[in-house]
Amino acid sequence: MTQEFILETRGLTKEFRGFTAVDDVNLRVREGHIHALIGPNGAGKTTVFNLLTKFLPPTRGEILYRGKPITNMRANEIARLGLVRSFQISAVFAHMTAMENVRVALQRRLGTSFHFWKSEKSLEHLNERAIALLDEVGLKEYADVLTVEMPYGRKRALEVATTLALDPTVMLLDEPTQGMGAEDVDRIVELIRRVSAGRTVLMVEHNLSVVSRLCDRITVLARGSVLAEGDYEAVSRDPQVREAYMGSDAAAEEEASA
Amino acid sequence: MATTQHLTPAMQRQRSARLRRNMLYLVLLALALLAPLAIYPVFLMKVLCFALFACAFNLLLGYAGLLSFGHAAFLATGGYFTGIMLSSYPGLTPEAGILIGTLAAVVLGTFFGVLSIRRQGIYFAMVTLALAQMVYFFFIQAPFTGGEDGLHGVPRGELFGMISLSDNLPMYYFVLTIFVIGFAIIQRTVHSPFGQVLKAIRENEPRAVSLGYNVDAYKLVAFVISAGLAGLAGSTKTVVFQLASLTDAHWHMSGEVILMTLLGGVGTLFGPVVGAGLVVSLQTQLAQSPLGNWVSVILGAIFVICVLSFRSGIVGEIGKLVRKNFK
Repeated sequence: MTQEFILETRGLTKEFRGFTAVDDVNLRVREGHIHALIGPNGAGKTTVFNLLTKFLPPTRGEILYRGKPITNMRANEIARLGLVRSFQISAVFAHMTAMENVRVALQRRLGTSFHFWKSEKSLEHLNERAIALLDEVGLKEYADVLTVEMPYGRKRALEVATTLALDPTVMLLDEPTQGMGAEDVDRIVELIRRVSAGRTVLMVEHNLSVVSRLCDRITVLARGSVLAEGDYEAVSRDPQVREAYMGSDAAAEEEASA
Repeated sequence: MATTQHLTPAMQRQRSARLRRNMLYLVLLALALLAPLAIYPVFLMKVLCFALFACAFNLLLGYAGLLSFGHAAFLATGGYFTGIMLSSYPGLTPEAGILIGTLAAVVLGTFFGVLSIRRQGIYFAMVTLALAQMVYFFFIQAPFTGGEDGLHGVPRGELFGMISLSDNLPMYYFVLTIFVIGFAIIQRTVHSPFGQVLKAIRENEPRAVSLGYNVDAYKLVAFVISAGLAGLAGSTKTVVFQLASLTDAHWHMSGEVILMTLLGGVGTLFGPVVGAGLVVSLQTQLAQSPLGNWVSVILGAIFVICVLSFRSGIVGEIGKLVRKNFK
């Protein structure tokens, strides 16, 4: 009972010059769950993400991690706590190889990252671990490829490998399947399912078929506030949710996947 | 896959590239050692000072993605401090004077960095420019800098109190040593754990943050190293020419170092050296020719051509060719 909710927000609010993007959101993510944040375009999902990871400062409200307030921490400190986010646009280091991408995440723990007098050979003992992580997401043969030359779906998998390198307790994924073909979507869904073992995942997702296949719990946002919360069954029956989705992209997607 | 040895093919390639690079360094060093036999040493020293300055600037632009438009301030601060110290304290040896000038630039660089590093892109450039302009006006107004005339007659003195630098040949080898040290510092910084993080920040700053890196601190360290090495270049230049002048503090100088770096190839270790050599040669050659008044125009035209047609600069383009043909 002590650590029931690993991540929690209380009255989280973000205002941009008179426009309230996120309005009094109380979000509670249970440890070990895959939790989805869905909602029509402009509902404030990504803003919530940016608030949680401190890429934006909230106007009001509190964020708690394992019951402790983290509202005033900086973005990189949040990451050091074990909350690691991904981005809507694939966030890779384009002019580094796939292996170097993962290694740059691994090297943080060495504590030598400010050592400008040390040779980069001192990082080579991390290569094996980096390649093992690439293998885990099916990218072993890309180890030596410059990331800029990799196909889009593979870049997203690389992002997951880089995130895993930090061994995060909470993974925050911002639209992990956005812009992907069906085959890549299936691959990423499987990957998320696999790597979520022993971790908590909070994801923003447009693709409701992905959400229904993966997620234990769903929070629906509309116009910055929480509209509904529950498992997929409960949420998809909610009349308010159905109304909010009418005519939006996601409703069409739901129809298509139903 | 050679993963059992945890040496991937790319790493083996990297190793052999490292070997080739070291061979190239040796050849170039040998050439530099012999160069004063064929070329006027004062000209060579000028090239080396500006090459070091451009390399220091390139560390910031090429490897941290930060465009500073105020690097003249560090060159000049190094130069003036060394000049003032060596002029006022005749007992001071040149290497001590250069060290003091460099430290002054490090202090100024820390101050500039703290004020500017949180700004992005054009705002960063503008803040560094504004701060550098303040330094420029300080050097005009201060009673001990010689104002518009600059600081003349700085003694070259005796290295370690033993070797007289008044002849150009020992002076040249001293400058070459400083350049090699400065270049080695940059090369190591780029190829260090710190350099890897810097590269990641340049490639995708938000992602580097989300991996837990305090990017501002990394950028600040890079900025201070760059400022210090720019100061080292300025200090050395003052000893060579026995002169510290306002030209070094003027924003033209900040622009010129951008030109050198882009022309030679930003983000390549040797680009700035080639760029500096080219710009200094052109300036020297043109100053003696009837086209003397056209130096800025000609340099400007070259710059335009460079940006339009070979964006990775001379060394960058050569690198591309080599990769294409010898892969």
